[in-house]
Amino acid sequence: MELSPRDLELLALLEDGLPLVPRPYAALGGRCGMDEAEVIARLRRLLEAGVIRRFGLILRHRRLGYRANAMVVWDVPDVRVREAARILCALPFVTLCYRRRRHPAWPYNLYCMIHGRERSPVLEQVDEATRAAGLEGLPRQVLFSRRCFKQTGARYFSTIRNSLREAADAAPGA
Amino acid sequence: MDGFDRVRRRLLDDFQKDFPLDPRPFRVIGERLGISEDEVLDLLCELQESGVVDRVGAVLEPGRAGASTLAAMRVPPEMLEGVAAFVSSFPEVNHNYQREHEINLWFVATAPTPQRLRAVLDAISYRTGIPVIELPLVEAFRLDLGFPLSWS
Repeated sequence: MELSPRDLELLALLEDGLPLVPRPYAALGGRCGMDEAEVIARLRRLLEAGVIRRFGLILRHRRLGYRANAMVVWDVPDVRVREAARILCALPFVTLCYRRRRHPAWPYNLYCMIHGRERSPVLEQVDEATRAAGLEGLPRQVLFSRRCFKQTGARYFSTIRNSLREAADAAPGA
Repeated sequence: MDGFDRVRRRLLDDFQKDFPLDPRPFRVIGERLGISEDEVLDLLCELQESGVVDRVGAVLEPGRAGASTLAAMRVPPEMLEGVAAFVSSFPEVNHNYQREHEINLWFVATAPTPQRLRAVLDAISYRTGIPVIELPLVEAFRLDLGFPLSWS
């Protein structure tokens, strides 16, 4: 699905969160020249097309007492990544799972996140996940988070103003 | 988790996805939870103020719109505070964590275009003198489908 400029405008506004007022879609539309029905229809289409992966409450897990947050990475032969990921995703305590490009300084390609309240059960879950997915003996790292310097929603589009400004500054005669 | 009553739990559990696309979504939620629209709004404001709820919003599929990557840096401990603050100062950076490893600063950067993402990462490595290890997504198997809460 090709995103139209109006879709981008709506997504940019939504990065600040849905206004907490009785008719939030009308309020959102009022800020970008759309009526309520158009806002709802566009959001529905973006969800159906899979551009929006989920729409709803976005929580801060640290505030809920989940402070033992481990990023677990393995270096898995490429042919085995998908099968291992399928098994990891079936585990209820794995909240995120993805494959990333390797880097010479960081040769790992399979990532998952496990959030818990205490470290020791999280470490047990890491071992359980490793065994379940047949990843014993492969290079692995477990990185607990220590300090959170920043956690906000992704800002894909509301930063677009900066890019436009830079483009304008760089333009000849500007 | 003792302070949470049942309504709050259900609000937090049930509406991380499939938020009602109804002109009056908070009334729809209230009907499901057995409380009024105003009570839903009050509760959400309170949860947002206390920092439990960041916002009601959309999580986008990576690669479908804009550009993003996970990035990491090996920052000398005495520089960590300053480098972290510099990295956080970019609106394009949304998650920025210290992790327990020699490679100790981990962040996610997102931008409307790959060019803008490139400019942000280049600015960070140029200004700090520390290489930025870029770890872009190849495939998401499970990506932010909401957070399963266990209420103990």
